Amino acid sequence: MMLSALFFYLFAIMCVGAGFMVIAAKNPVHAVLYLILAFFNAAGLFVLLGAEFLAMILVVVYVGAVLVLFLFVVMMLDVDFAELRAGFLKYLPVGAVVGLLLLVELIFVVGAWLTAPELVSDVPTPPAAEVSNTQALGEILYTRYVYLFEGAGLILLVAMIGAIVLTLHHKSDVRRQSIAAQVGRTREMSVEVVEVETGRGLK
Amino acid sequence: MAEFWTNYGLPTFLIVAHSVALIVILLVVIAFTLYADRKVWAAVQMRRGPNVVGPFGLWQSFADLLKFVFKEVIIPAGSNKGLFLMAPVVTAGLAISAWAVMPVDKGWAVADIHVGVLYIFAISSLQVYGVIMAGWASNSKYAFLACLRSAAQMVSYEVSIGFVIITVLLCAGSLNLTDIVMSQDRGLGLFGWYWLPLLPMFVIFFISMLAETNRPPFDLLEAESELVAGFMVEYSSTPYMLFMLGEYVAILLLCSLGTVLFLGGWLPPVPVAPFTWIPGVLWFVLKVGFLFFLVSMVKAMVPRYRYDQLMRLGWKVFLPLSLAAVVVVAAVLRLWQYGF
Repeated sequence: MMLSALFFYLFAIMCVGAGFMVIAAKNPVHAVLYLILAFFNAAGLFVLLGAEFLAMILVVVYVGAVLVLFLFVVMMLDVDFAELRAGFLKYLPVGAVVGLLLLVELIFVVGAWLTAPELVSDVPTPPAAEVSNTQALGEILYTRYVYLFEGAGLILLVAMIGAIVLTLHHKSDVRRQSIAAQVGRTREMSVEVVEVETGRGLK
Repeated sequence: MAEFWTNYGLPTFLIVAHSVALIVILLVVIAFTLYADRKVWAAVQMRRGPNVVGPFGLWQSFADLLKFVFKEVIIPAGSNKGLFLMAPVVTAGLAISAWAVMPVDKGWAVADIHVGVLYIFAISSLQVYGVIMAGWASNSKYAFLACLRSAAQMVSYEVSIGFVIITVLLCAGSLNLTDIVMSQDRGLGLFGWYWLPLLPMFVIFFISMLAETNRPPFDLLEAESELVAGFMVEYSSTPYMLFMLGEYVAILLLCSLGTVLFLGGWLPPVPVAPFTWIPGVLWFVLKVGFLFFLVSMVKAMVPRYRYDQLMRLGWKVFLPLSLAAVVVVAAVLRLWQYGF
């Protein structure tokens, strides 16, 4: 028990500290790297909870894919942070409202979970010792919440198609490589063997 | 105090001892792997390869190690010093840490966790950060261009590797690496392993593995004619060595993953008496060696891909193929269950 508490505080402090550094770091690239650290420690917290599947998925999806894109964008952008700082006071009220809303929602969630646990957990959780949590998640995601799950997938698909449609431009004047034409080429189409008489050359 | 020792002290000691043993053996194996890679490459090109240090040049890698360690670490003036030094450590550290779950024999894994495959997949998806950090922190155009290239490449091929892994998981019904190997033990020897029913997936896995570890013919990040030497162009001495180390550890890791997923891990190819006497770890090493031999033969024989061809292969060929394979394998397994 003692050890898990120790690890909890380690991961939690690292997570909160990294989260703070995300907004405090001067360099945007450093901010993204701190975000990676925060996610990593959140994954550690998931492991402590016994939710190993969620922990790994967090690392694969967020750290391994989403944040790579973040990092790409931030590295390519020429962000002048002094300029951003200048607008800090202007955006402070909006930021404060959003932060406050999030805080209130968190209090509601945690409050409901503490005061009326039956509201939150009307879904029976299988005992962790018998069912691995990959299986437990799969069973609930593909039976009870299958429409919501598929709906979420469809939304992502539509967003992806939208992004592709917006960025894809087929210019007609650009020569493109046609793999099918290349593979379809035969010897007869490209090579011609000619007997050349000495001193005559080809016509 | 005695209770504290049995509860915490002994397990911690065992974990540390296992890890140290694993890392030491891994590093020694890596040294000879590098040597083998160079020898195979030399043999294909009808050269001799390393043959000066020690008998047949066997100690070449150790000589290289000493050379790297004793050289001066040069840090470019315009670089981001902290990240510049962190990148190689991240690369090598991540590659080694993924080995924690790799079972080399029945029960021979430092941590035999439920989600072993996902852990390896997660760690190998983090590999890209070493490259990005190195490329950005070097503050050099060549390094930066190479890191952009390789990040896009690694992310692209991860997708198809993920789907290939899913097809195996569907057949095995478990995310645990030991269970995956045991599910291939059907008394048929090498014909019971997944390479046979999932042969196209095995081929896709092998090629994606080359792209994921930036091996030739997909070593576009160090295409020396275009990018000098890729993202590690500013590196020297020990940091450079850590990159090389991380690269080879990652290659061996993916070879081992291929062995576990498709070649039956430590299982003997013929399940009869003389073969079953040989310890499983030897079979495992032989199979990983076989896969690594293929990897280094590819390096010697196949010319480098162009970047757009690489992207086309990943997104337009492997992704649809592996996605379709997931559907087909799931359908076949489902129908099989109903007695077709």
